[in-house]
Amino acid sequence: MCLAVPGKLLEVFDENGLKMGNIDFAGSVSKACLEYVPEIEVGQYTIVHAGFALSVLNEKEAQETFDAWDEVIDAANKDGIGLEKLERPD
Amino acid sequence: MDFPESLSCPVPILSHDTVQLAHGAGGKLSNEMIDKIFLPRFTNTTLEKMEDQAILENPGGRIAFSTDTFVVDPIFFPGGDIGDLAINGTVNDVAMSGAQPLYLSAGFILEEGLPFETLHRIVLSMEKAANIAGIQIVAGDTKVVNRGSCDKLFINTTGFGFVPDGINISASNLKAGDKIILSGTLADHGMAVMTSREGLSFQSTVKSDTAGLNHMVNDMLAVSHDIHALRDPTRGGLATTLNEFAATSNVGIQLEDGKIPVKDDVRGACELLGIDPLYVANEGKLVAVVPPEIADTMLAAMQNNPLGANAVIIGEVTDNHPGVVALRMGLGGNRIVDMTVGEQLPRIC
Amino acid sequence: MKYLDEFRDPKIAKKILDEIHQVTTQPWVIMEICGGQTHSIIRNGIDQVLPKEIELVHGPGCPVCVTPLEIIDKAIEIAGRPNVIFTSFGDMLRVPGSKKDLFMVRSEGGDVRTVFSPLESLKIARENPDKEVVFFAVGFETTAPGNAMAVAQAAKEGLSNFSELVSHVLVPPAMEALLSSSTNRVQGYLAAGHVCTVMGWEEYTPIAKKYEVPIVITGFEPLDVLDGILHTVKQLEAGTFEVENRYARIVEEGGNKPAQVLIQDVFEVADRKWRGIGEIPVSGFRITEKYRQYDAELKFDVGEIKTDEPEECISGVILQGLKKPHDCPAFGKTCTPQNPLGATMVSSEGACAAYYKYQRIKAD
Ligand code: SF4
Repeated sequence: MCLAVPGKLLEVFDENGLKMGNIDFAGSVSKACLEYVPEIEVGQYTIVHAGFALSVLNEKEAQETFDAWDEVIDAANKDGIGLEKLERPD
Repeated sequence: MDFPESLSCPVPILSHDTVQLAHGAGGKLSNEMIDKIFLPRFTNTTLEKMEDQAILENPGGRIAFSTDTFVVDPIFFPGGDIGDLAINGTVNDVAMSGAQPLYLSAGFILEEGLPFETLHRIVLSMEKAANIAGIQIVAGDTKVVNRGSCDKLFINTTGFGFVPDGINISASNLKAGDKIILSGTLADHGMAVMTSREGLSFQSTVKSDTAGLNHMVNDMLAVSHDIHALRDPTRGGLATTLNEFAATSNVGIQLEDGKIPVKDDVRGACELLGIDPLYVANEGKLVAVVPPEIADTMLAAMQNNPLGANAVIIGEVTDNHPGVVALRMGLGGNRIVDMTVGEQLPRIC
Repeated sequence: MKYLDEFRDPKIAKKILDEIHQVTTQPWVIMEICGGQTHSIIRNGIDQVLPKEIELVHGPGCPVCVTPLEIIDKAIEIAGRPNVIFTSFGDMLRVPGSKKDLFMVRSEGGDVRTVFSPLESLKIARENPDKEVVFFAVGFETTAPGNAMAVAQAAKEGLSNFSELVSHVLVPPAMEALLSSSTNRVQGYLAAGHVCTVMGWEEYTPIAKKYEVPIVITGFEPLDVLDGILHTVKQLEAGTFEVENRYARIVEEGGNKPAQVLIQDVFEVADRKWRGIGEIPVSGFRITEKYRQYDAELKFDVGEIKTDEPEECISGVILQGLKKPHDCPAFGKTCTPQNPLGATMVSSEGACAAYYKYQRIKAD
């Protein structure tokens, strides 16, 4: 249910009085309505569902999740499980 | 920036700008259209005779024969148009038997009012695709229908070639242990068409992969004639092709996730629209099933051809679960890759 | 893709999975509410690698699957009328009503179009002032902001030829309906991350307290789902029943306030039927008095159409994990993925559809 995918805001424009933006999904750029994320800035990631941006991705929280997993991996390495470090695609 | 083809090759001057019903009536206007639009582009000695049929030499052997009708909306999409699609599609269907495609017929259904400029552009890209594939268009037909009776234009192509002796490629040949090779990335064509459709408000870099695969098939046959099965996964995508293989040969197919290549922008569009690339049409890819002994050399031969640069072994044939295609996921679980029930549509959930 | 691929890394997944195995000491029944999570679970084979003590019960699935027959019949009636352009998300076109689906309406000459966003539907209304443009507004809370915006915008622009056929369902009432059943087996919930993105998670706290179930707000990528299961099991093992947010990169406690404001302006809570389950009180939205003229049900006067859910369908009890699909007499006979009777067969991830599909690989 409720397919929503993170993409990066490239530009903001107005259309029929609504705040809209072009959002980049790994090279495919789609238009989305930004009325529900008034605080968003170009370059930020947002979750888009059915043409509407619903939430600005909290990069700090995402980072904390990564860090927690990094610890998991460090611990695993100490245990000799030998996992590689997380790759973080740009 | 590339110059559009039509700049280097101006639209021929005809007495009308758009296709009229009379252009299909077999009279003066028909002849004018054939002489100015089609003949100069599809020129060869057979076609030039303008007989009611093409008479061709028979070099002997078994004939591979295929027909396909092309209706695509929009008719121009990133990476191609209905013209090269119509040539490449039939060339590929013939080539998947191991035959060298030689001759093609082309039938056009034109909607009244179609601009000749559009038709000319499409005929030019057919010429180009036919030249690349090395195939001759030896017979043709055009009909014009009332506005609204067809959508701009439909093209049917029928092609044939001869299958060399000793080659027996068929969906019924799969054996346990065979390797499955995919010639490149999935879903480029289908996503190019879908994202260029009006209404989806997409600005996409996704390009169709439309291409004739007969030269790559030649490269592969040079490695070995022992190719068990070969198919271009068009409508219904890789999933459908592999399900047909599994059902026809009554074997299972085991794929490995993470090995199936999809371009980044194609994946971005797929994620956003909720579409599974395994089910999306390709127009310039093939999937080959070969015995394990020759898999690596076959793969290398494919990778040496520009159309197969991203070729990769994606899985193998197994005795387990006959008739079923399974995809092993990173976690170790197995997912069934079923046939589609219908057309792939953008989803919200 | 950034913020997607990281959450699919099989190496980390294995590690979380190991942890789940370590903390699990006894049988637990956990329900993922959302079809998107079911999709992720089946797609990644998560159900096949969990400890055997953990039973996942797949929830009501998706708004498309639970849209009642009656509404689909109304959609088909409206879409077949002359002068109507009927627009819908792609998912809905294939879902069968009692006699046909929207695809068939199109083949019979109806103007049925797929859109990706309700704003596209609005655009069609702008471009076709002499036609009635109807949007099939289905969805959970996640889709409500967009569908509300289309109505508000139509009002602002004075587009009187636009209307919505609304079949919006709400997650918390359905959760309560399942939990309050005397036969309930579900002990912990993975709550739907994207629903919470809009509504926040304050609503879940009383539910967790009242029924003493842990509720973990969970994302959709394989690592998110595994992480959600891990934290649910940890709570179950510890005997706690908190609402826990494991999707904090997207979800805030209060949800999306501007979206909630517009939703409340355009929609009001109403009783809704769920396909295969029946009516659940206050489990959906309808258009408020203020925007009545944009309500397609009134505009096209289809309120009289009543269709009962097929009697033989037992998807209601299947959803609760009480019965298995092959206990249903219709299973595989009158009910198949091509011709589904209940929600659990409509959705390809629904329990009935999954069983139907997996029968073929059982021997493996
Ligand atoms: S098999 Fe069909 S009729 Fe039976 S419970 Fe499942 S969805 Fe309902």
